[in-house]
Amino acid sequence: MQPLRYLIIGNGAAGVTAAETIRQHDPFGDVTIVSAEPYPMYSRPGLAYLFINEIPRRQVFARQPEWYQQMRLNLLFGTAVSLNVDRQEVRLKDGRILPYDRLLIATGARAVPPPYPGADLKGVHYLDTLDGTKALMKQAKRRRRAIVIGGGITALEMTEGLAHHGVDTHYFLRRDRLWGKVFNDTEAKILEERMRHHGVAIHYNTEVAEILGDRRGRVRAVRLKTGEEFKCNIVGVAIGVRPLLDLIQNTPIQTDRAILVDQTMQSNVRGVYAAGDCAQVYDSWTKQHMLDILWPSAVAEGHAAALNMVGEKHEYEKGSPFNACLLFGLHITTMGQINPRRNGDADEAEILQFLSRGSSEVWYTYPRHYASAWSEDGANTVRLVMDGDYLVGALLVGDQSTADPLRYIIENRINFREVHPDFSIGGQALKKNIQQFWIGLNQKQQAVKVSSKQ
Amino acid sequence: MAKESFFRSLFKAPTSDSDRPVLSQDELARLGRVVPDASRCVQCGVCGYNCPVGIPVRDYAHRGLPVDDPTCITCGNCINVCPRGTLRWETQVHSLLVNRFVLEGTGD
Repeated sequence: MQPLRYLIIGNGAAGVTAAETIRQHDPFGDVTIVSAEPYPMYSRPGLAYLFINEIPRRQVFARQPEWYQQMRLNLLFGTAVSLNVDRQEVRLKDGRILPYDRLLIATGARAVPPPYPGADLKGVHYLDTLDGTKALMKQAKRRRRAIVIGGGITALEMTEGLAHHGVDTHYFLRRDRLWGKVFNDTEAKILEERMRHHGVAIHYNTEVAEILGDRRGRVRAVRLKTGEEFKCNIVGVAIGVRPLLDLIQNTPIQTDRAILVDQTMQSNVRGVYAAGDCAQVYDSWTKQHMLDILWPSAVAEGHAAALNMVGEKHEYEKGSPFNACLLFGLHITTMGQINPRRNGDADEAEILQFLSRGSSEVWYTYPRHYASAWSEDGANTVRLVMDGDYLVGALLVGDQSTADPLRYIIENRINFREVHPDFSIGGQALKKNIQQFWIGLNQKQQAVKVSSKQ
Repeated sequence: MAKESFFRSLFKAPTSDSDRPVLSQDELARLGRVVPDASRCVQCGVCGYNCPVGIPVRDYAHRGLPVDDPTCITCGNCINVCPRGTLRWETQVHSLLVNRFVLEGTGD
């Protein structure tokens, strides 16, 4: 029997995890990874730490070229430009044609350019690729003035990095609150205070209308919607990412905002799978196909896709989207449905047009029977979002000691009311209540274990 | 072993392979070791970069395995620097508790 030919387009978290999983289950398969960037796999979330000089550039590579050889994976550098699902082949930009038996599309997503004139000027930067980060770091070393636009984690990481390099950093917010669809007022204030402490100037209700360049095509200022001009040399853009779907244009593969896949990660075309940022996966929490731009989701999806590609039956159960991050020295954990407002702003649709890196669409949803509990203690907050008797989301700022128990409670859909009826009261006692609940849950499960043995 | 020489053997950088304190898996587990939560890891490599003896902690986190490198000096640097809370310190007693809880399911 001929060995199966597996073709993976994309060398990120989803693609590499899939390749590794395929190799573990099919020692004879012919596995090829196509990478559009001329590097072995690197950690995209790690770019933020590269930018603030936490790690040197060599450390951002999560795999070395030797690893691909050891695992017998062919790593090809090139851009896949077209796909023919009838002939089962992918064509690269340089003309090479790659036939396949099973195809995984894991092309990921790329930053969206600003929607106003001047996006192509020198000095407009993204924290999205290794090359982009290198260019941004080179600019930041000249210590000038920068503005950052965008409402998610990446924008905040960018302001942190610029401020770290001694750049006069200005953060422009379209509304009056930081990350308005996720944070409530207090959570936003805690982080805003940290940002100011690091030297970031925050401008509220400020929108850019145009980026202005000089004669040599470099950024010299931005023009605001009010008509004012604001001088700057760097414009950091992190308004969201768009799944890379160029490859599947003119194919029968179904898409919505990304490639629609079923619970086996297969698209509507047999043998064509998708995983990671470019896949839209059925979410059992919201009962819809949802988009996650998260590293752990990409890894889990790549793993699930690979199992199905080698012929093992595996139904992917999308977990509660989870992200832990460190911004300006503050630990923030976000999981599940946490939108604090049912009726958002009038321009919500526009704001949510693109998802920012490190976030999930699920976060912005609002549970049917919303109830919340809240505790605040200095710069430490806990916010729980409940749907009836079940916990569906949580956001922790600062103290992370209850993060793992909460994640366990959410993911295993544990009814907490029967163990601790006052769980939803909130206030100062909330953290203690969570800990008590956790201990109670431990004891209860131990009791179940003992009784089942008898 | 005298108390003093025990601590010296823990903190002195090994000069050759034969100088390394060789601990069995059981002994390591009892002393305590660094254990990752693979689902939190984003492979950024901050952990390994800050390891004073150069253990590739990221590779352990990737595979979800405890850091059982015999050269680990148990300084806890990797735990403190991880931006995502991936790593934790675990002694045998603790790991028994966790295993009992996680491996045996929720029994709802």
